[in-house]
Amino acid sequence: MKRTLGFLAFTAAIVGVGFGGAEAQTPKRGGILKFAVSAEPPNYDCHGATSFAFIHPVRPHYNTLLKFDEPSYPKVKGDLAQSWTVSPDGLTYTFKLKPNIKFHDGSAMTSADVKATYERIANPPTGVVSIRKAAYEDIAAIETPDPQTVVFKLKARNASMLTNFASPWDCIYSGAKLKDDPKFPEKNVMGTGPFKFVEHAAGSHWVGERFADYFEKGKPYLDGYRAIFIRNTAARVNALQAGEVLAEFRGHSPADQAKLVSAVGDKVNVHESPWICSLVVTFNAEKKPFDDARVRRALSLAIDRWQGAQALSKIALVRHVGGLLRPGFDLATSPADLVKLPGYGKDINKARAEAKKLLAEAGVKDLKFKFLNRNVPMPYTPVGVFVIDQWRQIGVIAEHEQPETKAYIGNLRSGNYEVGLDFNCDAVDDPNLQLLKYISADKSSINYGRYNDRKLDELYEKQKRELDPKKRSALLRDFEKHALTEAYTFPTIWWHRIIVNWKQIKGWHMSPSHYLNQDLQDVWLDQ
Amino acid sequence: MTMVSPDAAFRPRQPRHPVIEFARAQPTGMAGLAFIVILFVAGVFADFVAPYDPLTLDYGAMLAPPSWEHWMGTDAFGRDVFSRIIYGARTALAVGFLASLFGSGIGAAIGVVSAYFGGRIDMAIERFMDILLSFPIIVLALAVVAVLGKFPVGGLDLNLIVAIAIPMIPKVARVVRSAALAIRGLPYIDAARAAGYHHSRIIFRHIAPNVVAPFLIMFTAFIAQAILLEASLSFLGLGVTEPTPAWGLMLSGTSQEFYSQAPWMILFPGVAISLAVFAFNLFGDALRDYLDPRFKV
Repeated sequence: MKRTLGFLAFTAAIVGVGFGGAEAQTPKRGGILKFAVSAEPPNYDCHGATSFAFIHPVRPHYNTLLKFDEPSYPKVKGDLAQSWTVSPDGLTYTFKLKPNIKFHDGSAMTSADVKATYERIANPPTGVVSIRKAAYEDIAAIETPDPQTVVFKLKARNASMLTNFASPWDCIYSGAKLKDDPKFPEKNVMGTGPFKFVEHAAGSHWVGERFADYFEKGKPYLDGYRAIFIRNTAARVNALQAGEVLAEFRGHSPADQAKLVSAVGDKVNVHESPWICSLVVTFNAEKKPFDDARVRRALSLAIDRWQGAQALSKIALVRHVGGLLRPGFDLATSPADLVKLPGYGKDINKARAEAKKLLAEAGVKDLKFKFLNRNVPMPYTPVGVFVIDQWRQIGVIAEHEQPETKAYIGNLRSGNYEVGLDFNCDAVDDPNLQLLKYISADKSSINYGRYNDRKLDELYEKQKRELDPKKRSALLRDFEKHALTEAYTFPTIWWHRIIVNWKQIKGWHMSPSHYLNQDLQDVWLDQ
Repeated sequence: MTMVSPDAAFRPRQPRHPVIEFARAQPTGMAGLAFIVILFVAGVFADFVAPYDPLTLDYGAMLAPPSWEHWMGTDAFGRDVFSRIIYGARTALAVGFLASLFGSGIGAAIGVVSAYFGGRIDMAIERFMDILLSFPIIVLALAVVAVLGKFPVGGLDLNLIVAIAIPMIPKVARVVRSAALAIRGLPYIDAARAAGYHHSRIIFRHIAPNVVAPFLIMFTAFIAQAILLEASLSFLGLGVTEPTPAWGLMLSGTSQEFYSQAPWMILFPGVAISLAVFAFNLFGDALRDYLDPRFKV
């Protein structure tokens, strides 16, 4: 109880720090915002992307139908949509679009473009990767009664539809371009966003300039932005400390935070928030012995998440122990129930004894495998090292492999791995989003575990349709228990987001996700 | 009158053991060799020498400063830095020896063949070596690592060894070729040819043994270079990966975040790299001076 209250107080405090402080100053126009990004986008297609390395440089070129009201997360507001209505039966969503919206090539954006975009996401043509396809599987039809109106008709009620329409990943593309080439967005950047694409110098930088015909008059305030790719953490922090870049929007480790604050003092702002992000261990269930639930569960039981969270929070941007949903979220498992789940007990010796027993029952001796991880140092490397050490405690040897982001994601998607450290990061707390990682691979394009489990699919469907929070919570507990018992994919430690940026950056708001608030439309420089 | 035996008057000096001879002639080289031997012993017997398991995390000792318990402190994961340096010697020496052996061996073979055959073969080989030499060593190694990827065998990445060895090949080939060219013109090689010996016999039995001295010198010198290159590649994230104990890797990763708070995390691995490279360079230089008669004048 004390722990719960402490956590809630802590959460409230840091959310208060992070979300408060709306600027009363009048925005100034001009200036180029330089910020650092620690990795590069593997391609330019929002619908197939999952990484912050994509969102930070690319998102300012696009708009979405709705978006989150930055200072009032998780409230949504219109982006391209001026207004919307939901029918009483919850099956029809009608959006009125804002007038005079243009793409960067000068063509008008209409409801036909919205329709083409969502059809591409919900039913991607051959060869097109649509990561969030499952979020729109309830769409029965999309109608465009006039150029300013788009109507989504659903097959079934979905409690998360408005949240889905505010997803920062669902960039609206030109229907004409998609008609000519459904893969157009993979190699071209052309949206309606506040900034036009200028150049992407691989390994160096990404540049955007103000879109003069942007539909929000007077915005954006910045003349442009320059995302500088700096993979090395120390170099990134040094660039920030020297003022060569004014921000890095993903998150800093506690050590970096301390170093920056110590070096530049009150010239920077520190924002903190719990993070809708966890690193999850994923098994390739098509490869032996990981097709055996006992082996997978043994590897989950071996991990002391409680001690790991406490220790790693001193050196990495991870801090919270949680189940499949972010700890602290209304629908997440309470700490009291969490310790009853496989892999979450406080008696690690007992858990490891059970793990060894399970491995013996499965006939697995001297287990050794390759452990795929991403070469982004924070927090992938510390968590990878931690997990490898935990497995050593039960005699399991994992060989650490850390390829570049593109190869890492490619290997996960193609099944070219045995065990991997995957990430489950979302823009918003929503079971429909977070649990996508766990439902069957033939229903979710972000499940890299290559397994199908119809019980999980059924529970997912039930909770998705359930509007009563208590009943939904009970269904979520069933889902969580089954998922963690089968242990196809299981969370390690949840992240904690720390952002340190120079005070002259105004109009940017902290959020519990590094995917949100990155269109830079309202950002300005006080210089 | 005392009779003196002629044998006693002209008794030749008893030859000393080559190691003693080397130690007397090249004391700094001997010091380098001694350090190499210490490193070698520490690496081979790391399981007995290191006070802690280099992989075990100790949450209670994270970023602990040097003390009687942890002579060189601990890193961000609470791992003993001294133990990781000892195990890191294993990685450094294995990669250094194997890469240098591979690079020097191939380079020497190419150099001898190029010198022996001369003409168009020599011209083609030398121009190809010129192309390889035109790339900075680290750039060439980076390119090879990027193209080959990783191929771990027994805890060692063979492709990393190949990547480090390739930039050495043209340098060794160039030096060995010049030595072999001088030997190729000697009468006994002409005699061997006139006797109808096969090329391989002339190369391996009559030329190769006479270029062993420059080969050994290059081999020794390149071990130091290989250790440095392995550390550089690991530092850049292209060599060995965590949690393997490796000196270059110990300088990167969390060390970069905590170096101001825990300077021992980078100080001791840095000293280990410097001393190892210095020792191999001292030994290599001394070996050159010892084996090359021109330096004995």
